[in-house]
Amino acid sequence: MLELIWLLPTFPLLGFLALVLTGGRLPKRIAGPIGAGSIGLSFAVAALVASEFLNSGLEHFTYEAWVWMSVGGFNPGFTFYLDGLSMVMMLIITGVGFLIHLYATGYMSDDPSFARFFSYMNLFVSAMLMLVLGDNLVLLYLGWEGVGLCSYLLIGFWYTNPANGYAARKAFVVTRVGDTSMAIGLFLLFAQLGTLNIQEMLHAAEMQWSLGSGFAVAASLLLLGGAVGKSAQLPLQTWLPDAMAGPTPISALIHAATMVTAGVYLIARTHPLFEMAPSVQLLVALIGLITLLLSGFTAMTQSDIKRILAYSTVSQIGYMFLGLGVGAWSAAIFHLMTHAFFKALLFLASGTVILSLHHEQNIFKMGGLRNALPVSFFSFLIGSLALTAFPYTSGYFSKDEILLGALELEGVGFWFWLGGVVGAFFTGIYTFRLFFIVFFGDSQAEHPPEKEVGGWHMNGPLILLMILALAGGFIHVPLDAVFNHGEAHDEHNVSGLIHGIMIAVPLLGIAVSYLFFMSKTFSVDMLMAGALAKRLHAFWFGGWGFDTLYNAVLVSPFLFLARVNRKDIVDSFYALIVSVSQAANALIVKSQTGSLRWYALTVAGGLVVMVSLGAVL
Amino acid sequence: METIPVEHGFILAGILFCLGLIGVLTRRNVVFVLMSLEIMLNASGLAFIVAAARWEHAEGQVMFLMILTLAAAEVAVGLGLIIQMFRQFQTVDINVLSEMKG
Repeated sequence: MLELIWLLPTFPLLGFLALVLTGGRLPKRIAGPIGAGSIGLSFAVAALVASEFLNSGLEHFTYEAWVWMSVGGFNPGFTFYLDGLSMVMMLIITGVGFLIHLYATGYMSDDPSFARFFSYMNLFVSAMLMLVLGDNLVLLYLGWEGVGLCSYLLIGFWYTNPANGYAARKAFVVTRVGDTSMAIGLFLLFAQLGTLNIQEMLHAAEMQWSLGSGFAVAASLLLLGGAVGKSAQLPLQTWLPDAMAGPTPISALIHAATMVTAGVYLIARTHPLFEMAPSVQLLVALIGLITLLLSGFTAMTQSDIKRILAYSTVSQIGYMFLGLGVGAWSAAIFHLMTHAFFKALLFLASGTVILSLHHEQNIFKMGGLRNALPVSFFSFLIGSLALTAFPYTSGYFSKDEILLGALELEGVGFWFWLGGVVGAFFTGIYTFRLFFIVFFGDSQAEHPPEKEVGGWHMNGPLILLMILALAGGFIHVPLDAVFNHGEAHDEHNVSGLIHGIMIAVPLLGIAVSYLFFMSKTFSVDMLMAGALAKRLHAFWFGGWGFDTLYNAVLVSPFLFLARVNRKDIVDSFYALIVSVSQAANALIVKSQTGSLRWYALTVAGGLVVMVSLGAVL
Repeated sequence: METIPVEHGFILAGILFCLGLIGVLTRRNVVFVLMSLEIMLNASGLAFIVAAARWEHAEGQVMFLMILTLAAAEVAVGLGLIIQMFRQFQTVDINVLSEMKG
């Protein structure tokens, strides 16, 4: 039964091929079932394989489909590696992915490029499954680049608008920085350890390298570079908010639930490497902490519903990085899972809101939607509660574990914990700011919605995701075998005060949000009165000026160089050859007079010259 | 019997050849160009004959026979071409036909 694992990426790939080989001309009633059905089949297989795996009691299972290439000692294959970690990932990808596909059949039903949309989506799921199931870093890298490509294609899905194309290119180029770093990391690992099979590589690393050795630090730093790019963490976080240019199901699937968490998966997968480089592991936590705080501030100032959610995604992945950095591996993956539930829910619900309001994304032009859009209202309510870690929702358990994991770290652990708690406070503010502004108060909409869009295939996934976002925290994630070498996880031993603080702080954030945006006890305009506050707001609104900084430091100099070198200095040498031969040609063309007598003369003249040369020499 | 010095024969052949060449280069009428070509061929034929007589070899005379047939063939083809040319362009002026210049 476990051998069926090779079917997992195959179904979406077949779906992609079916959709793409028909040139996107399939009618919607066929393309929709193919697109969503292939993921559904994949999910069925994943569930089957997972239950079989759990029952078998195996620690891990390897299935080799075929050898990809064989060069000397280097023979990566399409080999799938199943353990607790990849099992959780594959269930998230196929399960949440299926719900999002189902939702998309409704959301995209009016789009003329319906089949093209699903072909990209299927390719994405296939690549993502390769990424998490691959037992060697080459297959992982194939999936890694595959999801990057699909992300690019889907952000620029509505390519007739140049801004979307720009956002797609930005996402591609920025993640490319990380991908390059990761590729160099793979080269280093192969050169030093002679294998790219993940388990063998990790084993060899533990044998050959000592704790904190230069190679371990370099390799984990380079892998971290790739993870940071893919997961939109500091300093490569700038692409994710712009990636919201894509259709909303894309934002839910790729830019919230699955692809952006690939970096978290990569670090968790190679965690022994990071454990051997404690300084880099600390850097992971630090990056996570700074990212979660910065994007929390930014999310509070945004006005676009999807950008708020995008910044909150960056912030939540920051929590995952924090968890990875402090060694709370399973907590990070647990948060990855619950985040996939509630953030997919929030994005899909925002899709319903946007569609109901005829593609309006500005939250200040919504307002009072709770009666008009009941399903989105409850989806947002539950998603927001889970996002702010309201007690006994899914986000509460996972965020709690990360923060408690931080607290267990000696020394700086307390500061990480404090930063995470402050971040949770901001999460409460920005999440419920969105919630209150959109669903309460007076309607500001230009075209108030008559009724909520959506049939069963849009509302069904929302309801299922609501249940998952509420109860997802009770799912036991079988990760002990992966991270603790089989030992059971020890319970956290902390005082009631700490627990109280962690419960109270998000509630405090919600309360602050309530006072500002619901009861209007305080007014934002009052806060914004000062010049300093205005500038600060503009600064945060622009994402801490990272875009401006990168434009000034990287983009502008590059464009300047490009402009200087417009004529291509190196190429001028070759251009010279061309112009010289053209001049010579023009010269010789003159001798081609077309006059027979002239030709005869040249023949005779040539003969005379030859003969006299022969005579002289 | 008084023999003609071999140099005379060669000089005559050379003069004939140059006359033919000058004709080819200067004449505009294609018929005359063809005739001048014949003169050049005959000059080379003469040179062969002279050389064959001087060194008492038969190959020279064989070569002359070949040149003779060659010239006949050349005239046949050349005259055919000239007739075609005249039909197409109503002229036998070689300078008119310079359309294939680069």
